[in-house]
Amino acid sequence: MADNIRQFVEFKLGQEEYGIDILQVKTIERMMPITRVPKAPKFVEGVINLRGEIVPVIDLRKRFDLPAAETTENTRIIIVSVDDITVGMIVDSATEVVQLSQEAIEPAPPITSSIDSDYLDGVGKLEGKLLILLNVEKLLKPQEIDELAQI
Amino acid sequence: MNNQYLDVFLEEAKEHIENLNKFLLQLENNPSQEIVDEIFRSAHTLKGMSGTMGFTQLLELTHEMENLLQDIRSKKIGVNERIIDTLLKCVDILEELIHDVEETGQEQERDLQLVMQMLKDKSGESFKGQMDASQSKVEIAEEKKEKDSLDLHNLNEYEERIIRKAKDQGLYIWKIKVTLVDECLLKSARAFLVFKNLETFGDIIKTEPSVQDIEDEKFDNEFTLYLITSKSKDDISRALSSVSELKNVDVVNVDPDSIVVSNDDSGKELDPIESVRSLESKQQNTKAANNFKKTTKTLRVDIERLDNLMNLVSELIIIKTRLEDIKDNNYQTQRETVEYLERITSNLHDAVMKARMVPIENVFNRFPRVVHDLSRELSKKINLVIEGAETELDRTVIDEIGDPLIHLIRNAADHGIESPQERIKKGKPEYGTINLKAYQDGNNVIIEVSDDGKGIDLNGVLAKALESGRVSKEQAKNLKDYEIISLMFEPGFSTSSKVTDISGRGVGLDVVKTKIESLGGSIETTFVKDKGTTFQIRLPLTLAIIQALMVSVGNEKYAIPLSSIRETVIVAKDQIKTVQKREVIMLRGNVIPIVRLNEALDTEKLDEHQEDLTLVIVKKGEKNVGLAVDGLIGQQEIVIKSLGKFLNDIKFIAGATILGNGEVALILDINKLV
Repeated sequence: MADNIRQFVEFKLGQEEYGIDILQVKTIERMMPITRVPKAPKFVEGVINLRGEIVPVIDLRKRFDLPAAETTENTRIIIVSVDDITVGMIVDSATEVVQLSQEAIEPAPPITSSIDSDYLDGVGKLEGKLLILLNVEKLLKPQEIDELAQI
Repeated sequence: MNNQYLDVFLEEAKEHIENLNKFLLQLENNPSQEIVDEIFRSAHTLKGMSGTMGFTQLLELTHEMENLLQDIRSKKIGVNERIIDTLLKCVDILEELIHDVEETGQEQERDLQLVMQMLKDKSGESFKGQMDASQSKVEIAEEKKEKDSLDLHNLNEYEERIIRKAKDQGLYIWKIKVTLVDECLLKSARAFLVFKNLETFGDIIKTEPSVQDIEDEKFDNEFTLYLITSKSKDDISRALSSVSELKNVDVVNVDPDSIVVSNDDSGKELDPIESVRSLESKQQNTKAANNFKKTTKTLRVDIERLDNLMNLVSELIIIKTRLEDIKDNNYQTQRETVEYLERITSNLHDAVMKARMVPIENVFNRFPRVVHDLSRELSKKINLVIEGAETELDRTVIDEIGDPLIHLIRNAADHGIESPQERIKKGKPEYGTINLKAYQDGNNVIIEVSDDGKGIDLNGVLAKALESGRVSKEQAKNLKDYEIISLMFEPGFSTSSKVTDISGRGVGLDVVKTKIESLGGSIETTFVKDKGTTFQIRLPLTLAIIQALMVSVGNEKYAIPLSSIRETVIVAKDQIKTVQKREVIMLRGNVIPIVRLNEALDTEKLDEHQEDLTLVIVKKGEKNVGLAVDGLIGQQEIVIKSLGKFLNDIKFIAGATILGNGEVALILDINKLV
């Protein structure tokens, strides 16, 4: 594969389609029982038992202040891992893996989607649709979480 | 692969640093030829290793140390306090350099000028005169070995192992000394060609100077390299004849048996195969630094313990097949198999725990040096007596317990032990003693730090507490001794009226206490006036698995560590009283405040109309608190798992555990909750 091709896991939140660099994705899981953690930031849904490992799960909708959605057949937990931090993210559905060349990725314009452009890596152009590329590192940064927790 | 090589280097380097510290201190008290030899060996091996890895500062410093040590060995100079201090200072810097390597994968620039000067000064002219005047403490009679001949190999044990291994495999080991013509301009380029030609033959295991230096042209006209290959001497000469501007090439066979190496017992457990494997990555070592990741934690495990583990795992496999074979619903066989499985899992648990155990020696070894430095700083005379260094503790605890112990030792040296004059006046021996003792007590390990100093000045503590407004005068009158002592463990407390370098800055015992409690342990203080003070630390053998009481709160399950539970009681609602807006109950004459867990943990409230309240009485130090729960589920052995970095600082929660049905239950942090 050419150097400038990157692969993204495509998933949905509401009507919008998002992508996460596949190198940051460990696995994609179906919905499973989640244990609530008291006093955790609001968007932290709780922790799950991922084959013997305790993994915190965040609700991406809550994280981005989107209206809550029902859990359906299609709801997935995408397990991402950045540095030493492993976190699951609840999404409406995970659809496919797509390839994007570097040229097809553009910096995110300030208002692309319902979420803050700080958390975006850019926008990927695919035939007929746009893929909003998430910056997982920023999303999981601890100080960010602390700040949010205080609000 | 480079990483792996670096790990080995770091591990061995740290051991040598430890050895250097240890032997230097021994040298001071009891100078002897063997100890000087030991120190020399460690320094020498360290030098060799650093050279191989291309760490120039380490190399330079150890080289200078070696020079000084050589002079001591050959009786040119004697050992005195100043020399020991200089060498100790060097060891400190070496330690810092190695720490840098561990953190970043490469050396950071550090100022070596001063200590290099100190080292040279003492080994050089200005020092020799002094030597005659001060009597030499060391009796040394050993001729200096001549150096720098081609037959003499400056190899460390590490490299020697590789060579032996190669010889066993029937390979040649050639030492090749290449001399470039004087007017050679691109020296590193020529060297590169030599390397390139030779690398097609086999592995270059060592160069002098280091690869980095050769690349940077930091060498004169000649360099030496060691090559392991199946090719003959002639093949090598022929290959090198194609490189121009070479003045001379000497090829000598290396016989491992003739190698004079620094013989050090460290690293013996290392797998030789690993060393040979590291050959492959040899050339890239210098570049390793660029894409470096922090090294992983390693642990040396007794092979016997691993074998035991292996046995148990094979038994697990047997039982798996047995389970597969159960076709009908034969209750008897099923039960037998499950019992068997149970036995194996508990043995497995034991075995893994044992594999994680490390003797506390690893921590204690640092302390002679600490006490040595402290006694210098404080001008006190202090002996350190260590007992029970072989006591084993979980690796996680070992890693964490060092700092609190240093703190207690500093405390003992600074506040406990009196000055020599004062001690003589009191009729005590001039030398104060700090006793460090570790032993196992059931499922706990006890570590005691005691001194034979003046004890704790309770009135002083109380006065300080009054002054800082920690307690009121009325309160002060009624305080019991242990309550006064517990004041010392409060944040920001210090009895020392003057702030010294060592202690008294008010960040002290509270930190020690917090740390020990976070490890699931406790600390107790006892003292006898003018006889001494003892701090007794009680730590759990392992952190991984604990006994816990499972309780239900709302619809959720939580685990409370059994070690912090006093009892469980059921009280009628009308027994609950309110004192200063807090709910309390009276239990056998004691007032116990109540914490309603469903409020603290924001869980759903269950039926309000219940007649009784179930309380789990937990202790925090001397304090008891009743946690109101909705139900008791039962006692259970649980495996503690961390919530991970992402949820590091969740109040009230110490960790999580996985229940039999795969569900996750959270473990309450009693210290924060109460």
